[in-house]
Amino acid sequence: MKISLDINGKKQEVDVDPNTPLLWVVRDHLNLTGTKFGCGMALCGACTVHMNGNPIRSCVTPVSSVQGQEITTIEGVTSSDLSKESNAVVEAWEDIAVVQCGYCQSGQIMSATALLKQNPNPTDQDIDGFMSGNICRCATYKRIKEGIKQAAQSMKVASINPSSNDVAINVDDSLFYDVGNEQSTVAQKTESVNASVMDQEGGADHVA
Amino acid sequence: MLHKSAKALSRRKFLISSVQSSAGLVLGMSLPLSHAEADNSDAASSVTKTLSPNAFVTINDSNKVIVTIKHLEMGQGTFTGLATLVAEELDADWAQVECQGAEAAVEKYANGLWGKFQGTGGSTAIANSYQQMREAGATARAMLVGAAASLWRVPVTAITVKQGMVHHAATGKSVNFGVLAELAALQTIPQEVELKDPSEFTLIGKKVSRKDVGKTSGKAIFTQDIQRPNQLTALVAHPPLFGAKVSSFDATEALKVNGVVDVVQIPNGVAVLAKDYWQAKTGRDLLKVQWDESVAFTKSSDELMNEYKALAEKPGLVATDNGNVDEGFAQADQIIEASYEFPYLAHATMEPMNCVVQLHSEGRTFERAELWYGAQIHTGDQMAVAGALGLTPDKVKINTLFAGGSFGRRGNAHSDYVLEAVQIAKAHGKGVPIKLVWSREDDTHAGYYRPMYFHKLKAGLDKAGNLVAWQHRIVGQSIVKGTGFEGLIQNGIDHTSVEGASNLPYGIPNKRVELHTTESKVPVLWWRSVGSTHTAHATECFLDEIAAVAKKDPVALRMALLKNHPRHRGVLELAAKQAGWSEQTKSSENAFGVAVHKSFGTYVAQVVEVAKSSQGYKIERVTCAVDCGVAVNPDVIKAQMEGGIGYGLSPALLSEITLNKGKVAQSNFHDYQVIRMNNMPDIDVHIVPSTEPPTGVGEPGTPVIAPALSNALAAAGAEREYRLPLKTQLV
Ligand code: FES
Ligand code: FES
Repeated sequence: MKISLDINGKKQEVDVDPNTPLLWVVRDHLNLTGTKFGCGMALCGACTVHMNGNPIRSCVTPVSSVQGQEITTIEGVTSSDLSKESNAVVEAWEDIAVVQCGYCQSGQIMSATALLKQNPNPTDQDIDGFMSGNICRCATYKRIKEGIKQAAQSMKVASINPSSNDVAINVDDSLFYDVGNEQSTVAQKTESVNASVMDQEGGADHVA
Repeated sequence: MLHKSAKALSRRKFLISSVQSSAGLVLGMSLPLSHAEADNSDAASSVTKTLSPNAFVTINDSNKVIVTIKHLEMGQGTFTGLATLVAEELDADWAQVECQGAEAAVEKYANGLWGKFQGTGGSTAIANSYQQMREAGATARAMLVGAAASLWRVPVTAITVKQGMVHHAATGKSVNFGVLAELAALQTIPQEVELKDPSEFTLIGKKVSRKDVGKTSGKAIFTQDIQRPNQLTALVAHPPLFGAKVSSFDATEALKVNGVVDVVQIPNGVAVLAKDYWQAKTGRDLLKVQWDESVAFTKSSDELMNEYKALAEKPGLVATDNGNVDEGFAQADQIIEASYEFPYLAHATMEPMNCVVQLHSEGRTFERAELWYGAQIHTGDQMAVAGALGLTPDKVKINTLFAGGSFGRRGNAHSDYVLEAVQIAKAHGKGVPIKLVWSREDDTHAGYYRPMYFHKLKAGLDKAGNLVAWQHRIVGQSIVKGTGFEGLIQNGIDHTSVEGASNLPYGIPNKRVELHTTESKVPVLWWRSVGSTHTAHATECFLDEIAAVAKKDPVALRMALLKNHPRHRGVLELAAKQAGWSEQTKSSENAFGVAVHKSFGTYVAQVVEVAKSSQGYKIERVTCAVDCGVAVNPDVIKAQMEGGIGYGLSPALLSEITLNKGKVAQSNFHDYQVIRMNNMPDIDVHIVPSTEPPTGVGEPGTPVIAPALSNALAAAGAEREYRLPLKTQLV
């Protein structure tokens, strides 16, 4: 059956069994392999993507049920409506060196990003509650928690500092490269994260 | 590069002649996808512009330093660790360093601690590479210096190198590595290199960014992500019981599934091949297989444990015998006994087992095979695949990808899932790439578990409360029996069954450790920290029980018994101090538990602080001290301790594999539970400063947490438990 999808802002059509979980459509048909398979039963969070900005487990979501919805995967999240949160998360992740084997981390980042969107200032308990659906067998939990707090902090700093505020929340690419505030480390870092995102998108086509 | 004499090469062990002409290969080989081929041809055309003095370092004219990592990156940070060693001696700029996984090639990439065998395990990566990778970097540096000297017509002694730039101070000339690469490649490879004094280190001992990149963007490529042209995905219906065999099968329904292209029988089941995972899984689940269970394993875990307990009543093979235990017990005023039970454990790596294989045939015979996966014991897998196809190992090319965790699972002497992929490809016979994927259920059911064990301990105390006799009996399956690692069995004792117990460091005059090795069809394997997963728990819990009877402080008692083991004392002292042991144990409402253990040459002590409330017990904090010699990457060491503690908490609190009439009772994360964010305690890691040769950190954090936690719970007033996972509910 032909199914039309909106993935990372791109309209696509796939011809698959309508019951096929979204996970296998993005991985095996659209070659967006950043979203991982861990359990297939909504138990581990490795397959987390966003539907209209909210996290869902793509391994148990039939592809036919997401027609007409905006789907975002790890490949698109840093340029999605949640770019402010996801860029802050990725930056904190790199700074703290959260990742070990990395296999769970796309899912962790998607969940953490959604958490910060819903709750820009989460407590430890909020983080435990929101993130406990994401298993990390390397047990990077301590650093994930630190990463979320650091990302929340950097978003706060960004919204206090007006010049970096432009950078952090504006999704218009042209503005990213016109920062003009050499003093703001947040702005600089955001710029470099964004540059690597651009890079990433080029790379994604390669992989396909 | 072309005029080094063969003689010069033979004098340096780490310079291997076969690498010299293969700069192009060195560049391209780790890239699994179609652009790998493109990169190969680029590399071939730029070969002469590339300095590649050994199998590990390539410097190209775009000023990149590419380090080939002979060990599997499975999260433990080996890309970062080995690259640090190269970059340190090369005086590279960390930003210009990139890493790639090595292919299977034992003549170049053997594990220096394992003889002629390429593989990763036993926390050996840094230990066996420390000298080798530093020399590899120093060699390249010397050639860059030589090139600059000849370019500028100045003596080599006038050249300095700093952060990727080569300088001549007197003339102010400066140039980067990329510019010199071509010229440097013409230098004679030095026969001797000078390595830095540790006081000159600029990268070793500092926090550096990780080199296993692409993991926060979804770009890093794991086996699961390989998509090659015409690739098929295979799922397998495995036997429901260990030792059962296919007697017949009906694939009618499976073959009706859209996308399913073939169904083939293999030695351990029936495989369904389809265009994507979902089709293959749908087809696999529709197979009707009749199993021959006549020789299958049908015992239950309880039954097995009862057999183990009965065995433990009898003397076993002696692994350690110091002093005279019988006399020791005869002198004793008080006897203490305890026994501990450990279930089977699955590794449950985040990425279930998988492997991509393509067979190339000429007519009806297979000419060569190429594989892409997170290879951990390259040489073993390469030989197994070659054997299965009737090829020589050099016809089996293994591309090493990132592994989504291993914890021992991918280093299997039986090459189980690798051979399974090859058998499917062989049975299908079309020469297309086959991606074998296990579902989580397949992975949980497949075996190769940490073996079940039973430990029985007995100690004698004299009138003054001194420990005068110690007897320890261990019962369980051998991991290495019948494998290529069988050399680890000596005098009938599998070292991996008793390590951590047979070499107990405590100064006890009369000590005996015995082993009963049991047989079973349940496949077993090493699991992060191997023997220490159970021996550390048994010995460290038992020691605390002794301390309680003898009314001694658990830290003080250990310190007294470790007189001749300064590094054990070092970590114990540091962990106790950082946790505030002496003040806190007296004044705090919270309870404290400690354990110390050495595994794989690394010493770890942990103190667990537990709070008791009306809701139950809560782990407040874990304080960990580690001594792994020179701390190459302190942040990676800390990460491995944190992760090792988290990994060890799962079997301490939640995980077990049980057999019900031979059938594995667990299938996925709902019944094989593992710790999650809400179970993870706060952890402080402290590293003992050391100039000893570096040892590994992937495993040694894991075995210490369960006993430290059990001891803390006992100190908090919880009833002692003698079986893992603990029943005590934590909040
Ligand atoms: S793969 Fe979807 S939650 Fe585990
Ligand atoms: S980083 Fe390995 S599973 Fe999370």
